[in-house]
Parts: sequence; structure tokens; C-alpha cells
Amino acid sequence: MANKKVVIYSTPTCPYCKRAKDYLSRKGIPYTDINVAQDRDKAKEMIQKSGQMGVPVITVDNEIIVGFNQAMLDKLLA
Amino acid sequence: MYDLMIIGGGSAGLCASVYAARKRLKTLLVSADIGGQINKTLGIENYLGYQFIEGPELIDKFQTQVSQYPIDQKIGNKVSRLEKINTGFEAISETGDRYQATAVIFATGKRPRRLNVPGEVGLTGRGVTYCAICDGPVFSGQRVAVVGGGNSALEAALDMVKIAEHVDLVSLTPLTGDAILIDKLSDAKNLSIFTEHQTEKIEGQDFVEGVLIKDLKAGEKKQLDVTGVFIEIGLVPNSEPVKGLIKLNRWGEVPVSCACETTVPGLYAAGDVTDVPEKQIIVAAGEGAKAVLQAHRYLQRLVT
Repeated sequence: MANKKVVIYSTPTCPYCKRAKDYLSRKGIPYTDINVAQDRDKAKEMIQKSGQMGVPVITVDNEIIVGFNQAMLDKLLA
Repeated sequence: MYDLMIIGGGSAGLCASVYAARKRLKTLLVSADIGGQINKTLGIENYLGYQFIEGPELIDKFQTQVSQYPIDQKIGNKVSRLEKINTGFEAISETGDRYQATAVIFATGKRPRRLNVPGEVGLTGRGVTYCAICDGPVFSGQRVAVVGGGNSALEAALDMVKIAEHVDLVSLTPLTGDAILIDKLSDAKNLSIFTEHQTEKIEGQDFVEGVLIKDLKAGEKKQLDVTGVFIEIGLVPNSEPVKGLIKLNRWGEVPVSCACETTVPGLYAAGDVTDVPEKQIIVAAGEGAKAVLQAHRYLQRLVT
């Protein structure tokens, strides 16, 4: 697998975020976790990139996934 | 052609999958997602065997248990219609895939109810949300509205008064949630409660800029300058796929017998999509198990 840059914008209380992070960890994929509850600038960045305010938002290189969509995530990571 | 098709991947469908595999039925699990409503639950303290477990962890445990059995899984594929065919049933997914099975467990659960007001659909995810615990923290320091008067609305309001600058709680009726939650809310200084107020419209271009509410007694309208709207007005069953096969009850639920039978032989239903009293993870799981054991008997009768 090529080294794709994976970033997840999340909140600490969001179950979908936790599932997405657990899923990446189990697959051994390194990712950067951004807590948008704490970082208002990053929250704005997430809203700009995804055009919406729901978490999680996952970026794989330049691709953006809104929500924990396992099938799409697998596709972009492949 | 499968022996059994389980539609829905919440606690009912996942428990059904384990039972089906152990009965060695040739089984397909098809679902829009895994975990269903548990995905919106952070802490669970009433699932037997765990004094406390987080929703995602319980889902993982369910999924791991299901995945150790050789059943086929189509996840991320939502069934839009179930039809009767000569040999059993055919499910048609949103993407046009077709799956056939002799018997079916229908366990599609419930989803959040929509307000059905102008602005709601277009601004969903742009300030309008149905998952306060997920998206709440994104609105830290902002003014938000919570719509609803039951327990889930009160819990959302309690969470948000800690995070938001100000919370407007808007309920069509007097508050109907537990007294203990109402008491807790009375301490909050950054909360306004509007009971017997109707939410008429959600405003905003790209993102939510406000809501318009109407006092049902005085008839006055009021504009709330909020950037977030948390809609917590209950749940509706995901029963649309079987509308053509079964007469639903007045809430849209699938009526079942105590053996999870529907009015169609070979079609069983389990969990929150049914009219079974009490919507609980453990109840739904038990219903899923029961439905499969019944379906197994039905399949055995067909071969003999």
C-alpha cells in the first residue's frame, strides 16, 4: 500500500469517529486525528473542505469522505 | 439463492446472523450499516455482561462475533424494496442489486424523525443535525437550538449548555421528558425554554443562520439567531421496503406475533422496526435470535 496521508476530523464524543479511528488502527493505517471541538480553526477548515459541519470527516490525500463510510474508505485506501 | 436473508445490521440483525450461522443456514446479511442506532450511543450500562461499554466497542464485539462465521455480508447496501417471488423473497437495493432467499428476517430499525419544515433538508449537515453527541462539540461557543421536548431533546440540551454560548430549547408541547432531566436544566443560566412553540422554518443560505418559531398560544413569531439546530423529536421505523407486503401499524411499524412472524409466511421481523414494546439493544438482540429460530423451523417444514 502506498503511503497515503490520512486525516480524521473528529470530536471526542462522536461514536462514528471512534469507530472510524478504531477501524484505521486495526488496519494498521497511520492517521492524524484533529479534535475539532478543541481547535476552532481546524473546525473551520473541516467545514470549508467538506462543505458541511458533521463529523467525522476523513481525508485520504486529496479525497474527502463525510461520515464513517467503510466501503468508500477501503476504496480510497486501496 | 440463500436460505435466509437478514436485512439490517443493528443489534437485531447481528444477533440473528449469529443464530443463523449456528443453524448452518446459508445466510446473507445485507445492511446500510453495521451497528444501527448503537452508533449514536456513547455509553451503555444496561447490556447484560457489561457494566459499562461504549457503543462503538459493543458494535465491534458484535461484528467480530458475526464475522467468525461463514455468512455472506453486503454492508453499505441499503435495501429499498422487498418483494415476494415464487421461491421466497427478493430484495432490491438502492444500487439495483438483487438478492433472493427462501426466508427473510426484516430488522432495519429506526431513524431520527424529521421536522418537515422548509430549510431542513438543504441545511442538514450544514448546521442541522440529528446526532447531538456527534456534532455538538463543533458548535462550541455558538448559539444553538434544540428542537423537541422528550428525553433525547433534554439530554441534548444538557450537553449543549456546557458547550454552547446559549441554548434555545423549542418544544411543540410542554416538556415530556423525565423530571430529573428537567430539574438539571433549571440550573442552566444560558438556556431559554420555549414550550408550546412550533418550529416553522430553518433559515440560512449555505449554513444555518436562524430558526423561526411560533408561539402556539399567543400566535407570535420569533426569530432565533442560531447557527446550529439539533432535532430530537423521536424516531420513525425504516419499514418502507415492506410497505407493499405488510399492513403497517399507525406508527409505520411492522406488526409481529410473539414469535416474530409477520402476516406473510417466511417473512419475520425483529427489533425496533416492529411493534414490539420497548426499544432496547438487548430486547432487539433477543428478538433477532427468536426470529431466526422461528425461520429455521419454517425452512425445515418446507423441506420435509
